[in-house]
Amino acid sequence: MAAMFSQNPLMNGPNYSISDTPRINAPEGAREHRFDPYTDNGGSTLAIAGADFTIMAGDTRLASGYSINTRHYPKLFKIGGTTADQKDATIVLSVVGFAADGEALKERLDTICKMYRYRHGKPMSVKACAQRLSTILYQKRFFPYYAYAILGGLDEEGKGAVYSYDPVGSYEREQCRAGGAAASLIMPFLDNQVNFKNQYVPNSGEGHALQERERRPLTRSEVEVLVKDAFDGAVERHIEVGDGLQIMAITKDGIEEVMLPLKKD
Amino acid sequence: MPGFDFSNYNRNAALHARGVPLPKATSTGTTIVGCIYDGGVVIAADTRATSGPIVADKNCEKLHYIAPNIWCAGAGTAADTEFTTNLISSNLELHALSTGRKPRVVTCMTMLKQHLFRYQGYIGAYLVVAGVDPTGTHLFTVHAHGSTDKLPYVTMGSGSLAAMSVFETQWKPSLTQDEAVKLCADAIEAGIWNDLGSGSNVDVAIITAEKTTLRRNYIKPNERTQKLKSYVFPKGTTAVLNEKIIHKEDLSKFVSVHELTEESGDVMEVDA
Amino acid sequence: MDHRPQAWGRPRDDIYGAYDGSYLQNSGPKTATQSPVVTGTSVIAIKFKDGVVMAADNLASYGSLARFTDVKRLRPFLDTSIVGFGGDVSDMQFLDRHLNELAIDESYEHESTSAAAASPEGQGEQGAATSAPAGKLNAANLHKYLSKLMYRRRNDFDPLWNQILVAGFDGQTKPFLASVDLRGTTFSSPSLATGFGAMLAQPIMRKYAATEEDAARLTRDEAVNVVKECMKVLFYRDARSLDRYSIAVVTKDGVELSENEQLEKQSWAFAERIRGYGTQTV
Repeated sequence: MAAMFSQNPLMNGPNYSISDTPRINAPEGAREHRFDPYTDNGGSTLAIAGADFTIMAGDTRLASGYSINTRHYPKLFKIGGTTADQKDATIVLSVVGFAADGEALKERLDTICKMYRYRHGKPMSVKACAQRLSTILYQKRFFPYYAYAILGGLDEEGKGAVYSYDPVGSYEREQCRAGGAAASLIMPFLDNQVNFKNQYVPNSGEGHALQERERRPLTRSEVEVLVKDAFDGAVERHIEVGDGLQIMAITKDGIEEVMLPLKKD
Repeated sequence: MPGFDFSNYNRNAALHARGVPLPKATSTGTTIVGCIYDGGVVIAADTRATSGPIVADKNCEKLHYIAPNIWCAGAGTAADTEFTTNLISSNLELHALSTGRKPRVVTCMTMLKQHLFRYQGYIGAYLVVAGVDPTGTHLFTVHAHGSTDKLPYVTMGSGSLAAMSVFETQWKPSLTQDEAVKLCADAIEAGIWNDLGSGSNVDVAIITAEKTTLRRNYIKPNERTQKLKSYVFPKGTTAVLNEKIIHKEDLSKFVSVHELTEESGDVMEVDA
Repeated sequence: MDHRPQAWGRPRDDIYGAYDGSYLQNSGPKTATQSPVVTGTSVIAIKFKDGVVMAADNLASYGSLARFTDVKRLRPFLDTSIVGFGGDVSDMQFLDRHLNELAIDESYEHESTSAAAASPEGQGEQGAATSAPAGKLNAANLHKYLSKLMYRRRNDFDPLWNQILVAGFDGQTKPFLASVDLRGTTFSSPSLATGFGAMLAQPIMRKYAATEEDAARLTRDEAVNVVKECMKVLFYRDARSLDRYSIAVVTKDGVELSENEQLEKQSWAFAERIRGYGTQTV
């Protein structure tokens, strides 16, 4: 008999005509507006870790639909400095996806890093910051920050460190990572050029016995060339990537920032 | 009745409802324009073709031949603009042969709108039709549902508003050929820079009573930048799991083989 | 016929259809989300070397009905900034009321300095209480405030259905122009436009101010002319627009707002030679 009792507390008791009513769904396309709290603002980012540096980059286009909102929207942020211009920061966060969530995520991580610094009298390590970022993202598991984050810096040994995230906080330390709209275009290029995937030493064997090309850490200038070429390629084939390229290099001497032009069509 | 077969429509709708994605067509999310001037008409288009957010073709041709004196700029589904203009071009040729007269732009426009109306918008062709015939200079737009418009300047495609902003600020009732070409090229450029669906180069066609001049890649403001590094791999980099060699002589038993020479210009471009 | 006792005395489903009980349920989630009802169309703005020009027409539409033709969508704030609203008009009025409170609080906060600085030509109904001492709550601060407000409302699934432009100064010297929308997305550019303006007016404005450097070379007259030209194009092509509009210029000397401009020098020359839409010739 349970099915006869309404789920509706207002009319609890045996009544069927209401409880049996199928949930009415408005006919397709009948509702003009339903608030969608997310939009995709396009753009792409990438990060590569070197032996004693990390290079991060992102384009500066902010798009929605077929329109360009602005040609100058930085996606890389210095995190956890003590001043407004973040000149003593040691960590860089890049975010793509929904711009407002990206901004909110950056502000939260930055405040947390600042609080840590004031409480402990030392800047947060990248490893700690990376773990904390994962927690921040997972805290909003059921109303996620729609942002693909990459965190870059130098680890305790001074080696380049890149941590990449999904929108709900799953993360991993990696050698390199591309994020955002053109990630699927850039990532295979990086696999091949940074980790030498699918490259074998010529004449080193037959078929499966072929020897893989040995990995070696890339120099900073090599990485910078790869970053520029990766974005030049992405701009050619992805409509949401373009306008400007923001590059940050994190070394033991601090963070250097460069802006370069990209195609604007 | 000849034409499209809609018998699989219900099957496709049912599959789609179960989450099977519909095939995605290449669309020319485009900017196309046209403008009449004293002595003829100019049409222009950008050259980007997209498939979702990916650029499918960086230098595609969106100006279609209909008749020697009638050309068409197409936006919407690439295949539909191509096939529709080809079909009308053929029918118009037959019509011209049977009447023994030069084809007229109104005839072309009417054939297009009647064809498109019959398919109720399912043929996603959005066209700018322009031409000069014995009755004068003409410029029309034809929408996928079959409606038409006749105006001295027109724009279409995803960049139509960007292009229209140029016409609405710079158009005047009397234009020379050079002014009209400049105006149309500027309108396309507005689309190229401000609309993500449009990009790459500007194609222009100038139609007068005497002749049609197609200026393919009239402006090329988006040349590909030189890569900083050479990505040529040493021979043998890719793993070969097994190998079978077929010699040209063996192949020629089944197909005819033509040697390409440097002079013919057909030699495939190979990375250095 | 349904003979179950539960059906007794109820409208028959086979005649009246199943009863829609959905609106009787008050236990479900609170549905705060509405949709825009009375709306304003584009707001456009462009920076020049010593300030920012902003414009919006005076129409509030109810769907396709031109409902109110004398609605002011530009609002000065403390004689230092202008806020332009696109989208829902009731949400605009809510924000306007909110900003009035904020302006009054700000003025009390800095009363000692503002008493002397109170501008004699105070903007109409805002009165003297809202004219601010220089250096307090500038346009950049106001934009940040509004963006936090808008983002908070989107997180609550109760958005304010507007896209807002804020113009004024960043600190003391640099012209400031930025946007925030119903989702809390913020961005800044030498020229900005909301709604239809983003597609029709931006291409024009970007020709004059593609970069910050270009904008820093524009004179006030040039900027005003560009904006007026854009308003004309919007009137030609935006079906929800009007030829009466407001235009505001913000410079270091304050806000100059004119709320009853009429579009000038329209050209409908193209219409003369139009005959029909296809084969018609007369």
